[in-house]
Amino acid sequence: MGTAFVLWPRFVYNTVLLVLPRHREMDDMHLRFAHISKMFPGVHALDAVSFGVEQGSVHAVVGENGAGKSTLLKILCGVYRPDAGSIELAGIEQRFHAPLDAFKAGIAVIHQELNLVPEMSVAENMFLGHMPSRLGWLDRRAMQGAARVQLAALEEEISPQTKVGALPIAQRQMLEIAKALMRNASVLAFDEPTSSLSAREVAKLFSIIRRLREQGKAILYVSHRMEEIFDLCDAVTVLRDGRHVETFSSTQGLTRETIVNRMVGRDITDIFHYSPRQTGGPALELEQVTGPGLSAPVSLRVAQGEILGVFGLVGAGRTELLKLAYGAARKRSGTVRVAGRPVSITRPGHAIRAGVMLCPEDRKKEGIVPVRSVLENINLSARRLGSFLGCVINERWEWRNASAHVRQLRVKTPSLRQLAMNLSGGNQQKVVLARWLSEEVKVILLDEPTRGIDVGAKSEIYSIMYDLAASGAGVVMVSSDLPEVLGVADRIVVMRQGAVAGELSRAEATQEACLHLALPRQSMVN
Amino acid sequence: MAEERVRTGAPAFSWRDWWDKAGMLVVFVLLFAGLSLKVPNFLTWQNMIGLSLSVSTVGMVACTMLFCLASGDFDISVESTVAFGGVLAAVVITSTGSVLLGVGAGVAAGALVGLANGTIIAKLGINALITTLATMQIVRGLCFIVSGGSAVSVARESFYTLGNGTMLDVPYPIWLTLTSFVVYGVILNRTTFGRNTLAIGGNKEAALLAGIPVARTKIVIFALQGAMAAFAGVVLASQMTSGQPNSSQGFSLDVISACVLGGVSLAGGVGTISGTIAGVLIMGTVQNVMSLQNVDTFYQYVARGGILLAAVLFDQLKKR
Repeated sequence: MGTAFVLWPRFVYNTVLLVLPRHREMDDMHLRFAHISKMFPGVHALDAVSFGVEQGSVHAVVGENGAGKSTLLKILCGVYRPDAGSIELAGIEQRFHAPLDAFKAGIAVIHQELNLVPEMSVAENMFLGHMPSRLGWLDRRAMQGAARVQLAALEEEISPQTKVGALPIAQRQMLEIAKALMRNASVLAFDEPTSSLSAREVAKLFSIIRRLREQGKAILYVSHRMEEIFDLCDAVTVLRDGRHVETFSSTQGLTRETIVNRMVGRDITDIFHYSPRQTGGPALELEQVTGPGLSAPVSLRVAQGEILGVFGLVGAGRTELLKLAYGAARKRSGTVRVAGRPVSITRPGHAIRAGVMLCPEDRKKEGIVPVRSVLENINLSARRLGSFLGCVINERWEWRNASAHVRQLRVKTPSLRQLAMNLSGGNQQKVVLARWLSEEVKVILLDEPTRGIDVGAKSEIYSIMYDLAASGAGVVMVSSDLPEVLGVADRIVVMRQGAVAGELSRAEATQEACLHLALPRQSMVN
Repeated sequence: MAEERVRTGAPAFSWRDWWDKAGMLVVFVLLFAGLSLKVPNFLTWQNMIGLSLSVSTVGMVACTMLFCLASGDFDISVESTVAFGGVLAAVVITSTGSVLLGVGAGVAAGALVGLANGTIIAKLGINALITTLATMQIVRGLCFIVSGGSAVSVARESFYTLGNGTMLDVPYPIWLTLTSFVVYGVILNRTTFGRNTLAIGGNKEAALLAGIPVARTKIVIFALQGAMAAFAGVVLASQMTSGQPNSSQGFSLDVISACVLGGVSLAGGVGTISGTIAGVLIMGTVQNVMSLQNVDTFYQYVARGGILLAAVLFDQLKKR
């Protein structure tokens, strides 16, 4: 009786608590991913990923290829539905059944492959899906007026009637941003936006993003480029193998090594790990070669065991040069010599037989066969080596060949029968590389081999290049990544506007020297 | 770095892979079993022979159409080549008296038509649909020119055995179709030529850069298709004992439908022989059953189109 008497205030207190309206937890995160999981056949793309993005901040999402970044973005914009977990906007759980739902909720994702209709005008693209009409008739004037206002706000002088197909990539990106702002998106996500932009365009993009941040937008920034992340972003989330590793809520005091360590799970101090090696006689010699894309005859030499870096800006003619050497484009004049002997290369088949291989620039368009398996992709060219009488397939040989290379290159795939289109970009690149390693390589021409590939895999690819060179092959690497060229190459050739601008040895090559050679003469250096 | 769980050593077995290869055949077997129980007179020797004969022409040409579609191309001229092969064979036999010469001439002519198709498409880069549309008209015209406008009767008895003779009580055309399935199946699965075909259809650029002789492969595919179509036409003419210049109208679409039903992708790069066989058999079975049930021919058209649409829809849903 006495105990009950003492406890009655407690009863009153609890009852009042029950009756009072519940006070909702204020989430200072505008966008929150809560335990998002997504599975694809054989692959756990995302596993209970949780983190939040504040209003008025630029939040970087980094991770190796296959870490789950693209999948996360696709869930964000409603293309995929998560198997578990949800997205919360301002504390309210969202259920997107289609991209339209995300669209209406104020989420805009600007993908690497921009979602624009090239044949339609700027204004039409901006109003795609919600064109203003008067009594059923398209109100073009209203469309163009509104488009002009929005573009002016972004300091872009594009006429709303221009066909999108005629615009360069940088402007198309601005158009996508305008599209998002037009419908008051509160969340903007950028997926590798700077891979095709010049330095000036990148600066413009960043100033726009900073302005958006001041306007209070929650911005997600997915990129491989560390300099950009440190330059632009306020917070960083690292994903690895579909799992959330760590979120750094501030970039103050954060170092590149820390992020890389979280991304790969170990320390990578020197991704280039260069060491000089012995070189031998000439592996490939191009003499006065002319053809499409070259403005003057080009002469080039690569020795056995040497790695030649070919640097230049977009349009310098590097890809065209490689294609001419490989026989994928018709040579107009000039001679090609492999191991000192002149060879006639008019088709890729001739090049391969002479021991010259090409790893193309665009792996989606020219590299993998998307609907065929990893096994077939790797053996695409080399199968004739293991076949009976060059005709009948030797399945065991092909299987062994593919397995060996998948292991050697650490290609992430659940099985050799996985379709190539289901692999992440970096792994697709490795598959294309494996195709050539299956052959006897005398000269290998690599066109942007590490584009779109994460740090860990880049390091692996450099190792493979060093091994190839050490075994006596001549390696030619075209790259737009200056630190990479300087870090990996024994010698550097700089191309400019379709001709060779100069050659530098490893000792004399510096960023300034290379850029000086690469920049067109008439341009005003910023 | 995640541990790859890649199997090394001998190729491993996977259910999904098996279904992709043989799934359509399983569907056919189930359909067949169901119909055997429900439809009277279906599972009789006579009906089976009739069914097999009715799909023999489509079956033979579907073998090469599989290659054509898998390499990313299209060919609607086969119907004219089928008629032309028969007509030319009939004309040559009637004028020279030699059956061998007639059959040879028919097949050679078909190969030439295919060669023309392939060269124009692969070397000149003209769209396959338009090219074969044109050759379809041209070859059909040739049929009428060579035959003089009407059917060409063949009086040689030895010619009839090709289409009407039997071995073990099964007519030759059926044996020929079965042989085609086996031969082309082996070519597709076990030769570099077959694998290259699929690679070309999957990504022509990548195939080119990998050293595959794309133009040459395509020309060979079309030439083979032309020869096969003409040969099927000769067999057909033998069955009808005459070369008919206006036979096989709409045949091309029947063949393509059968292939698509069997899982061959029109975009190229995907296709199996078992799927094609299943597609041919399913189409033929449905038609056979409708005839048995005395369904109006007009409804048969509707049914054929409906099955094709359903199959393609199912395929799309499977991919989601």
